[in-house]
Amino acid sequence: MNLNRANSFQLDWLVVLIYLALVMFGYFNIVSAATDGAFSSYFDLSAPYGKQTVFIGLSLISIVLILSIDAKFYERFASIIYLLSLAALAGLFLFGKKVNGALSWYEIGGATLQPSEFAKFATALAVAKYVSDLQTNIKNSKDQLQAVLIVAVPAILILLQNDAGSTLVFAGLIFVFYREGIPQKYILFGTTVLVIAVATLKFSALIVTSVLAACLLIYQLLLKRKKKKISGPLLVLILCSGLSFGTEWSFDNVLQKHQQDRIELWLRLEKDPEKLRIMRRNISYNLNESEKAIRSGGFTGKGFKEGTRTKGKFVPEQHTDYIFSTVAEEWGFLGSSTVVILFVVLIGRILFLAERHKSQFSRAYGYGVASIIFVHFLINIGMVMGLVPTIGIPLPFFSYGGSGLLAFTILIFIFLKLDANRLNVW
Amino acid sequence: MRKVLLLGLVILTGITFVGRLFYLQLYQGQPNNLEDDNAIRKIYQYPKRGYIYDRNGKLLVANQPTYDVVVIPREVEALDTLLFCSLLNIDKTQFLKSYNRAKRYSPRLPSVFLSHLSKEDYAFLSEKLRKFKGFYVQKRAVRDYQTEIGANVLGYIAEVNPDNLSEDGYYKLGDLIGKQGVEKSYENVLRGEKGVKYIQKDIYNRDIGSYKNGQFDTLPIPGKNITLTIDATLQEYGEKLMQNKMGGIVAIDPSSGELLSIVSAPSYNPALLVGRERSKNYTKLYTDSIYRPLFDKALIRMHAAGSPFKTLVALAALQENAISTKETIYCTESYVYGKNKRTMGCHCGRGYRNLYSAISKSCNSYFATAFRKTIDKHENATIGMNIWSNHIKSFGLGNFLGNDLSVGKKGNIPDGAYYDAWYPDFRWGATTILSNAIGQGEILVTPIQLANMTAAIANRGFYYTPHIIKAIENESIDEKFTIKKETTIDPAHFDPIIEGMHGVYTNGTAGFLKVPGIQICGKTGTAENFTKIDGIKTQLTDHSIFVAFAPKDDPKIAIAVLVENGYYGARWAGRIASLMIEKYLKGEVSLKYMEQLVLNKSLEEEYLKPYSGKPFKINQ
Repeated sequence: MNLNRANSFQLDWLVVLIYLALVMFGYFNIVSAATDGAFSSYFDLSAPYGKQTVFIGLSLISIVLILSIDAKFYERFASIIYLLSLAALAGLFLFGKKVNGALSWYEIGGATLQPSEFAKFATALAVAKYVSDLQTNIKNSKDQLQAVLIVAVPAILILLQNDAGSTLVFAGLIFVFYREGIPQKYILFGTTVLVIAVATLKFSALIVTSVLAACLLIYQLLLKRKKKKISGPLLVLILCSGLSFGTEWSFDNVLQKHQQDRIELWLRLEKDPEKLRIMRRNISYNLNESEKAIRSGGFTGKGFKEGTRTKGKFVPEQHTDYIFSTVAEEWGFLGSSTVVILFVVLIGRILFLAERHKSQFSRAYGYGVASIIFVHFLINIGMVMGLVPTIGIPLPFFSYGGSGLLAFTILIFIFLKLDANRLNVW
Repeated sequence: MRKVLLLGLVILTGITFVGRLFYLQLYQGQPNNLEDDNAIRKIYQYPKRGYIYDRNGKLLVANQPTYDVVVIPREVEALDTLLFCSLLNIDKTQFLKSYNRAKRYSPRLPSVFLSHLSKEDYAFLSEKLRKFKGFYVQKRAVRDYQTEIGANVLGYIAEVNPDNLSEDGYYKLGDLIGKQGVEKSYENVLRGEKGVKYIQKDIYNRDIGSYKNGQFDTLPIPGKNITLTIDATLQEYGEKLMQNKMGGIVAIDPSSGELLSIVSAPSYNPALLVGRERSKNYTKLYTDSIYRPLFDKALIRMHAAGSPFKTLVALAALQENAISTKETIYCTESYVYGKNKRTMGCHCGRGYRNLYSAISKSCNSYFATAFRKTIDKHENATIGMNIWSNHIKSFGLGNFLGNDLSVGKKGNIPDGAYYDAWYPDFRWGATTILSNAIGQGEILVTPIQLANMTAAIANRGFYYTPHIIKAIENESIDEKFTIKKETTIDPAHFDPIIEGMHGVYTNGTAGFLKVPGIQICGKTGTAENFTKIDGIKTQLTDHSIFVAFAPKDDPKIAIAVLVENGYYGARWAGRIASLMIEKYLKGEVSLKYMEQLVLNKSLEEEYLKPYSGKPFKINQ
């Protein structure tokens, strides 16, 4: 093998190009969505788009820094970065600033910082480090517990700060563990739980339990097993019905009213059209407006800064969580589906690069990067189009916000740095 | 599996999203439709509606401003209700009712609080208006009638209804549209094009600037003025003559098809349907089920044609060579026909009748014979009837005239197929349907059709489609109104008929209606008139019908008059026709005694008979 080539600096330009494309396209949409009255200047620091200009500048600087640091640094210091991020999260309880009910921000001299954004890549690094550790055997249940703890601690801290959306992102790291070898049954189990829970909410616990009982009965009869083995399926049934009734109970007693409403709308549980209309108008007001904006875009869209619904501020939070509706309104089906495809290619490319790695750390981190971006992509765009219940979570590179952009930039470019060095023997 | 699970989910998500986008944006989406975009406020500027003039240039309909008080409920502050109510001339309950209605509609959007303020009220209010926060005044234009006549001709405008909205995208809720008369038939000319300004608004409904710098904005184009063929003086006179009577008058200039007047009685003052009292007045007119003033009797009142129809029966018989001008029959005051010896009465007075005297004396027996001969010439009655029917229809009967009036009726002229359906296997013949010969039976016409038929006779074989439009500002009128429509009758056959009609005046059924100095040709008619009282067919006093044209040799006016329940033709319809002809041709009326007789006659008693609940006598 050519040693020169092995040591050379090999950045994956496809990922870089997609990253730049998404950031620039996102930026123009923020300009559109955040223009209130007359547009001043791209460098007007009092306007969101002006600030975003600065964040993009900072991101570019951070790229240079990340790429210039030795690749080994990230693996070595993963634990420290992780602990620092935990400290930052914990510190919020003392020094944090509350915005929209979530205690997620530090305020430093007029600028705000959201540590939960940075906790994402820190946790991804920690997870990668843990699973790639020679002493870790992920098939071992004690190690599995430790792995879960690494993810759970920041997730719970964030949940306590009333930012349920960001918590969900950490659940996405299950894909890393799965790739690195936790037993198949966990995924199966998780999927079953999810299906039973959703089915219960949609059809009620009684129906779900009866259907399950009927299925197990047929299974039992068809397979003509020995009669002694009836206890197994019975146990499954009891557990499942327990889960089902538990779900129903917690829907009524644990979830907050607005969360119940969102789920009711998502699963279309309300049958009375009049009540549904009122619910849509009051509870899913955002979604309603966002869908209207998306529809009005048509095939080619209304053009940059010409979205009438964007201009009139019809979609609340449009420059943050609902930025995709601006894309869809002003750039139409062409623009919005291009964004979807770019995300798919980006995640796919990262997965491909991760698979190419010999180092388990890099691969695991790559999977972490892909899962985190995927969860954001899935929930945010799904929510804006009414496919997923409303959960506040930003769209990477598009939603306005310095911490988010910076954190996603770091997330991706650490991986690219690792990838560039994949042929170096450590 | 472990390598592809996440990748698979990502691709699946991507496909789902693109599918959803496809559904939302391409399947459900209506891109860039400014009209439907509720983020864009459309501010309409209404053009001036075209004026309406009569044929001599007299202004009939103009516009006037009216003022609506508009309220935006959430801008309203505590106010002196008492003062406000007294300024607007309303009471407190009405104030609360209007205010709450506006609030229910929307607290943020303007809604009409009180419409159609008079100029005086507006002047009072505008001084004090600044004291009442949240109340504004909006100017609108409504019709200003310069005349009290011709309500049925002019029609009226009113707010669009949901049907109008769905038929024509031009209209928006609250717009005005012509609903009747020329306001309806010339709506597109009169209305002009409204201008529109597109304003970008925000979620709080505030204006935040014009949409794309106003590049799609338009200026209003004013409506065009139109001139009608109506002679306002004649129209007014006709309405006066018809007072206290029910029926219609249609007068046509035969040389052009121009409608000189269309009187429907009883009429109403068109100004009733403008302003604050509009809906009250409209309900009153609409619910008058005896006189039905909104029902244009000259255009859509179908009735048996009666004796004027005999002229066409004679023309068809002449054309088919079934009779000749020299033939004579002897009338015994009844015509006996068919196996069962059925009889048809006749009031012409016993004697020999040729074509001339048959028309002037209106002899039933003569025309029964002529009709039978026309039909029986052919191998079967169906063919004969079809040929006959074609001749009659060529005078514009039995179908829409294709005119430019907002309403009309086809009437009925039966043909062979019509009776084949009634009596299959040709079990019918000329005698079965003999009442058609004297304009009874299945014959149904409207006054305007009768007038048009008279014009065709006056022209000796052709007519122009009757129309009400004389001129449109900077635009020519529909070409079809200048195209001659020929009847199927040879022009040579008209002279004896016209002589007969002249005879009606000189020594016939209308001898006492002569107008000095004018050679009038006419034909009386008395149509039997049935109604249903509690489901029982009951005969009422006959309709008085008259058609005429004058002068005989150079016809300037053809007229048809229907006076419902007026008894015999010459009695009221004939008198009115003579007076109208004199008024139009001479400009004034010399038959003062006759005029007074007509003006003072009220037929109210006749019209109330069927509703009295008591037995009554007819034809008194």
